[in-house]
Amino acid sequence: MNNYLLIESRDPFESNDVGYYYELSKGLVEAGNEVTLFLVQNGVLAARPSAHSVALSALCQSGVKVLTDDFSLRERGISKLAEGIVAAPIDVIVDHLAAGHKTLWH
Amino acid sequence: MPKKTLTFALMDAPYESANLTTAFRILDAAARRGHNINVFAYEGAAALAFTRQSPHPNPVHGKNVAEENHPTTKDQVTALLAVAAKNGGKVDWVNCGMCVDERGVNEFVPGTRRGSPADFQVFTDSSDNTLVIPTK
Repeated sequence: MNNYLLIESRDPFESNDVGYYYELSKGLVEAGNEVTLFLVQNGVLAARPSAHSVALSALCQSGVKVLTDDFSLRERGISKLAEGIVAAPIDVIVDHLAAGHKTLWH
Repeated sequence: MPKKTLTFALMDAPYESANLTTAFRILDAAARRGHNINVFAYEGAAALAFTRQSPHPNPVHGKNVAEENHPTTKDQVTALLAVAAKNGGKVDWVNCGMCVDERGVNEFVPGTRRGSPADFQVFTDSSDNTLVIPTK
């Protein structure tokens, strides 16, 4: 089993690539890995309860840990998050890197 | 957690992308934890440490230079080096040589140096982990 940190900076309302990244995180979990999806910048827009948050909540239920950058949330005035999604500081990324987890940015 | 060596590759040019805001936040967090940091500034990011950047006033808003308090990436690089040193970490910041020549930004803030993609390979080989932040 490997640990993965997938960082998503893009807004799914703007980029269809985001859906593939969500699928990647789900596939890695199904393959027996531990996966954290960290939303940052416009990636956090999908964390609001909305049409796109359904996919994120489904990821949470499938075993992906979904975190959102607290600073990006404050910048965008987002205070209410969809089910299963948790706000977190940017330090989380450093912790994963220092722990040797495989880290990707999209 | 014990001190680690982390490598980051940056590619975005100054003042263009939120990627750099996030990148500097990650670098700052790593520096505050005392980790050793390698940065390979590639393509547009090679201008991040360019010394001739200067803050500007904002006449539209009626603000002078001090009131505008415009941040520059060269000052952010310098601040990163200071934070790392204060917390017992080292920063090896390499500006891609061909990239700075192409852009005419071959004057860096102290503590950064000229290099090549070969340095990035050395960084990755000798680091505990690597994060590449590409352009969109």
